[in-house]
Amino acid sequence: MKTLKILVGVAFVIAISAFAIDKVSDSKAKGGYVIGDIATDFELKNIDNTLVSLKNYENAKGFIVIFTCNHCPYSVAYEDRIVALDKMYKDKGYPVIAINPNNPKAYPDDSFDNMKIRAKEKGFTFPYLFDDGQNIYPQYGATKTPHVYILEKTTKGNIVRYIGAIDNNYKDPTAANEKYVENAVNALLKGEKVPVEITKAIGCSIKA
Amino acid sequence: MSRLILYAILIIFFTNCKGEQNIALDATDVYKSKGVEIPTYDFESFEPLLKIDDGKTRVINFWATWCKPCVAELPYFELINSRYPDNEVEVILVSLDLPKQVESKLIPFVKKQKIESRVLLLDDPDANSWIPKVNKNWSGSIPATIIYKGNNVNFYERSFTYSDLEKELKKML
Repeated sequence: MKTLKILVGVAFVIAISAFAIDKVSDSKAKGGYVIGDIATDFELKNIDNTLVSLKNYENAKGFIVIFTCNHCPYSVAYEDRIVALDKMYKDKGYPVIAINPNNPKAYPDDSFDNMKIRAKEKGFTFPYLFDDGQNIYPQYGATKTPHVYILEKTTKGNIVRYIGAIDNNYKDPTAANEKYVENAVNALLKGEKVPVEITKAIGCSIKA
Repeated sequence: MSRLILYAILIIFFTNCKGEQNIALDATDVYKSKGVEIPTYDFESFEPLLKIDDGKTRVINFWATWCKPCVAELPYFELINSRYPDNEVEVILVSLDLPKQVESKLIPFVKKQKIESRVLLLDDPDANSWIPKVNKNWSGSIPATIIYKGNNVNFYERSFTYSDLEKELKKML
């Protein structure tokens, strides 16, 4: 009973102190892109300290844009598969562009320095960009990590062709029997319609 | 002999009763460690929990130990659980921790924080198939919460303060 009283007391203190923070996160952007929208380009800092924009990729046919981060177990579970996707599709014109959308103040693990360390450890073969100021992910409508947007480059701009998960089994790549991203890019390379355009997955909430 | 038959009938009767209570939710596995038991469900065995119509209000929170905003709001769910009578409100904390972290992270967390609400693990990797069945508007980020009573269901993909959570709960009571 005494512990309960203490717990209640502590909870109230947290409730009051958390109030201001929660008010801010309530106003987070709703919406984001739907299939067929033109995705914004960006100029974000890569882990090699260069600035990366989609417009720099003159020979690309499109992009596999993945919002991901260091701290999230679901992102970590997919790291090897993200590297594999880049290796598989970069030469075919669909490079992976990874973006860390998190504010390092919310998740210190997701700081720019820690991004460099993680990319080196895992041998990332693709740019790993920092959404400094957290301005890009709300425009896309990413809510969690990992969250994939496949873009097709056209004369009108980069058109969103797929939004969602990498595949249907975060735990075990060998058990994944729906490879959403591969299927989408394969279809686009053949000039076909993406078979499954939107999927959902559990992920870690992005914190601005 | 007749006594034996009576026992047999009693045993069948009681196992049936027990069976009926559990029929809605058959855990696929149970993790036991340090005196804490966490039953595990795939979505199919978990889904009936979203559709119980017994006049009780259920607050179902999807969370994980790795999710900071989830952990931050857990005391409010615990508070709801302790303040409202069990026959009116049931709080269920549905962990989405990775199964390999149940013994290393989830159980120590539940023990250390002295979590009293019902905690279970939802382990179903094909999330695209079940997320829309929880709620069609859910993108899959956590924390996410359902408050429901019978056919009256509200879904929230957001964090709560205690006062907000209680306000939403009271709409349903």
